[in-house]
Amino acid sequence: MRLYGVVAAGAFRRYATYRRATFAGIFTNTVFGLIIACTYVALWDERPRLGGYDQAQALTFVWVGQALYAVMMLGIPSGFEAELADRIRSGDVAVDLYRPVDMQGWWLAQDFGRSVFQLLGRGVVPMAVGALVFELALPTSPARWLAFLISVLLGLLVSFALRYLVALSAFWLLEAGGVAQMYGISATFFCGMLLPLNVFPGTFGDVARVLPFSALLQVPADVLMGTGSVAGGWLFQAAWAAALLGVGRLVQGVATRRVVVQGG
Amino acid sequence: MVSAMWIRSTLAYRASFVMTLLGNCALTALDFVGILLMFSQVDRLGGYGLAEIAFLYGTAGTAFGLADLFAGSLGRLGTRVRDGTLDAFLVRPAPVLAQVAADRFALRRVGRLAQGLIVLGWSVTALDVAWTPVKVLLVPVLLVSGAGIFVAVFMAGAAFQIVAQDAAEVQNAATFGGNTMLQYPPTVFGDGLLLGVTFVLPLAFVNWLPALYILGRPYPLDLPRAVAFAPPLVAACCLAAAGLAWRAALRAYRSTGS
Repeated sequence: MRLYGVVAAGAFRRYATYRRATFAGIFTNTVFGLIIACTYVALWDERPRLGGYDQAQALTFVWVGQALYAVMMLGIPSGFEAELADRIRSGDVAVDLYRPVDMQGWWLAQDFGRSVFQLLGRGVVPMAVGALVFELALPTSPARWLAFLISVLLGLLVSFALRYLVALSAFWLLEAGGVAQMYGISATFFCGMLLPLNVFPGTFGDVARVLPFSALLQVPADVLMGTGSVAGGWLFQAAWAAALLGVGRLVQGVATRRVVVQGG
Repeated sequence: MVSAMWIRSTLAYRASFVMTLLGNCALTALDFVGILLMFSQVDRLGGYGLAEIAFLYGTAGTAFGLADLFAGSLGRLGTRVRDGTLDAFLVRPAPVLAQVAADRFALRRVGRLAQGLIVLGWSVTALDVAWTPVKVLLVPVLLVSGAGIFVAVFMAGAAFQIVAQDAAEVQNAATFGGNTMLQYPPTVFGDGLLLGVTFVLPLAFVNWLPALYILGRPYPLDLPRAVAFAPPLVAACCLAAAGLAWRAALRAYRSTGS
């Protein structure tokens, strides 16, 4: 357990080193937040209470999205999964498998350290700017914020489990770039980044809401704003996290037994 | 030639290439699906109908797609600066700018361009516009000069990355962020932002000003109607300025030495 703590702290420090990249990221998240928020104002002016949100809640959703963008590694992912896929392609993964630590746990600790830094580094400032420029529906009770943090944590587990599967695909495809891109696109769309999932119409919306991607943004945002049940949200996220981590373990087992590792 | 090399190298992993190509189409297509989803709930956005927004989306997307195809690689220059591999380009007997632009030339970017053209094509058939010869001619002029302005932004961003070492994300805010913004009508945005993208970073000239002339819509900030024809001039000025910035940055470049 201590080992994983050290790994996570190492990853935190590693990301904290790229200060300029962090500032650049904050800038980008803020600019995108402003652009999207303006379009939402136009949309909610036209249809107040669209998807059950009032305008302040819709705008809060935008800024929660920008705050969690780097944390959940949305867009085209470029974190541990790229590194792991690369190690699989080069054959270095053989060394990882020898190590007396659990491979999935090791990378999870890495990713956890990264995302805690991103939450502090790229989450807080855009949210603060959003709250200054627009009227947001942020809760005042500390309990609600704590519930939100737990939901973010569970969402991170789902995000990690999905990206772990993306990386493992390199055992069969050698080059996981294509899968990573497909993953990034579907995750970004179906987590609610373009439009909150409760605005998606009909059956399409129903399907979108039960996919694991909604655990990355829609559920945490609803937990924060009190527009969804807290316990229900947690349960949904935890169930997906457990299922996907289990699948990752299974696939890893198959890969290491069946697939010949390259390299010499 | 460098581009051809990168095309061959991408085609080596065929399954992955097909997936990235499809992915690129899907990436930009889902963007438009987002707008369609909005219009499944409303009839107008910022006073504009779906066909008009599709026209803005198509023109911005095509201009940006063209620029991204030829100059998108400039956005990744920061990585080369950081790991010192830019040095290799400096000793080769070819213009550095051309080499960097062709670096990791990504054929999949054709997907973005194609998607912009498809939406543009559809919007033209759906629009209720009295087409005059001037308006018809203005469309290709808009696309080419719009692409020119985006290329200038990519170049200026690359120059900035040499100086700042790595700030790809700042560039993304101007390029990808600008593209996203131009997909929506200017009435959606506040005056401060509009002033910024007209007079500071002249993105408004990419498609808004000529497109609003074609659509017969009032201009933001009460600009005169003649500005619809300014984009080629604006693009030329931007490219010249970006070229100077690029040369200055390259002269000031210090390798990381690793």
